[in-house]
Amino acid sequence: MKRPQLERPALLEARDVTRLYGPGKGCEAIDFTLHAGEVLGIVGESGSGKSTLLRTLCGMEAPDAGRVLYHGHEGELDLYAIGEARRRALLRMEWGLVHQNPRDGLRLGVSAGANVGERLMALGQRHYGQLRAAGQDWMGRVELDPGRIDDAPQHFSGGMQQRLQIARTLVTRPRLVFMDEPTGGLDVSVQARLLDTLRTLVRELGLSVVLVTHDLAVARLLADRLLVMRRGRVVESGLTDQILDDPQHAYTQLLVSSVLTP
Amino acid sequence: MNGYNFAYLDEQTKRMIRRGLLKAVAIPGYQVPFGGREMPMPYGWGTGGMQLTASILGEDDVLKVIDQGADDTTNAVSIRAFFERVAGVETTTDTAAADVIQTRHRIPETPLSAGQVLVFQVPIPEPLRFIEPSEEETRVMHALEEYGVMHVKLYEDIARHGHIATTYAYPVKVDGRYVTDPSPIPKFDNPKLHMSDALMLFGAGREKRLYAIPPHTRVESLDFEDHPFEIQAWDAPCAMCGARDSFLDEVITDDAGGRMFVCSDTDYCQKCREEVA
Repeated sequence: MKRPQLERPALLEARDVTRLYGPGKGCEAIDFTLHAGEVLGIVGESGSGKSTLLRTLCGMEAPDAGRVLYHGHEGELDLYAIGEARRRALLRMEWGLVHQNPRDGLRLGVSAGANVGERLMALGQRHYGQLRAAGQDWMGRVELDPGRIDDAPQHFSGGMQQRLQIARTLVTRPRLVFMDEPTGGLDVSVQARLLDTLRTLVRELGLSVVLVTHDLAVARLLADRLLVMRRGRVVESGLTDQILDDPQHAYTQLLVSSVLTP
Repeated sequence: MNGYNFAYLDEQTKRMIRRGLLKAVAIPGYQVPFGGREMPMPYGWGTGGMQLTASILGEDDVLKVIDQGADDTTNAVSIRAFFERVAGVETTTDTAAADVIQTRHRIPETPLSAGQVLVFQVPIPEPLRFIEPSEEETRVMHALEEYGVMHVKLYEDIARHGHIATTYAYPVKVDGRYVTDPSPIPKFDNPKLHMSDALMLFGAGREKRLYAIPPHTRVESLDFEDHPFEIQAWDAPCAMCGARDSFLDEVITDDAGGRMFVCSDTDYCQKCREEVA
């Protein structure tokens, strides 16, 4: 695997981010920098604050303390100092969010094509023929049958729904994508194929990704760098291979040794 | 009539609704909440429109009420009778002679003139409701002009039917800003909203919202570049008056498949027949 170039410009910075629902519930004093073109994995057990951190990073939940900085086309933006209008515009235009459950990210009642086209329409694309062509193109890219463009996603399998959600998110070519357990709830063979597609797309499009997962195998495949979280705090961070092959913190050692190998 | 204030509603309520209407006119297409009152009829029968009519009606005004274009259907007859009784105003079926026209599902064919007010009865004022059930969220979407989802519905229409199959309550953008539900008028009537000489007021009784399209305001129907907005067309003219420029209703005439197409606007049909005669 190619080593990330860490001297690339910073894209997203978390500065002492804290969001607590109660003592030890949530995330506390998180500091990191995500560079352009980098895939950052956040791993940890259930309840370690991974998802809270993700929600805070992507603008869905304001932190109690600390700042989230984004270096976009217009220079540095403090995510929670700008207005909601700009924050939502950012999420719509430059960012993407892939939910763990595709039902949260898709409109199940409308066709696959409309799902893929929605973000384009939100950006002002008003040509039906082009929207449809984009829909077919992206369904092909995520290895869905473009012939099913008029089918509603509720008739798709779980893996196909997740692929559709990824197509729908990436169609506007976002610079930064947040993924929350993108392969959760899928069986292993479907998971493996989806991971393969994801890895190809991430490399092809040069995406920067913040990936939340409890699955170390997923993190190993996709992430360049890892943050290990426990009880709301980052206990260890570093290159993925370094952390998984030579864990320093006791909790990381426990996590790595708990992986089942058939 | 004894025991009732003029036009049924008390003066405080009318003032409150008029304040709401001023705000609605100032922000074309924006839905203004108002404290809707109980009316002596069920929701869905035009309570929103009636409260607006009651608030703007003056003693010298002439009132016309139509339901699906017709002056003689249940809803029209009963609302007209109501205002005759509680306001004692003069009523008419002649579009040109009316000052205030309360309508359900149509805009009269006779062009409206400056000074006339059209009051619409609205069942669901929120055009985004079909895709976003949360009121909190739709308000944010309006505030931030997040209207991409409106085209999702039109996209679905084309994907399923090959053309935009929405024929009534066709969403419009008012003054380049707010996406608005024009109430369930046929899309045939949408062009009449654009740069109208008359003031258009919309009242939703159950949802307690009112909004307005002031005179001479731009109203665009949403569409795609390669599937532009089109209105309905008929092959034959009205079977009774011969008009080719009006909205036609299909009327079943017997059990053997007999049918005819006639103007839905009864006043317009009548006028056309008088002209021919």
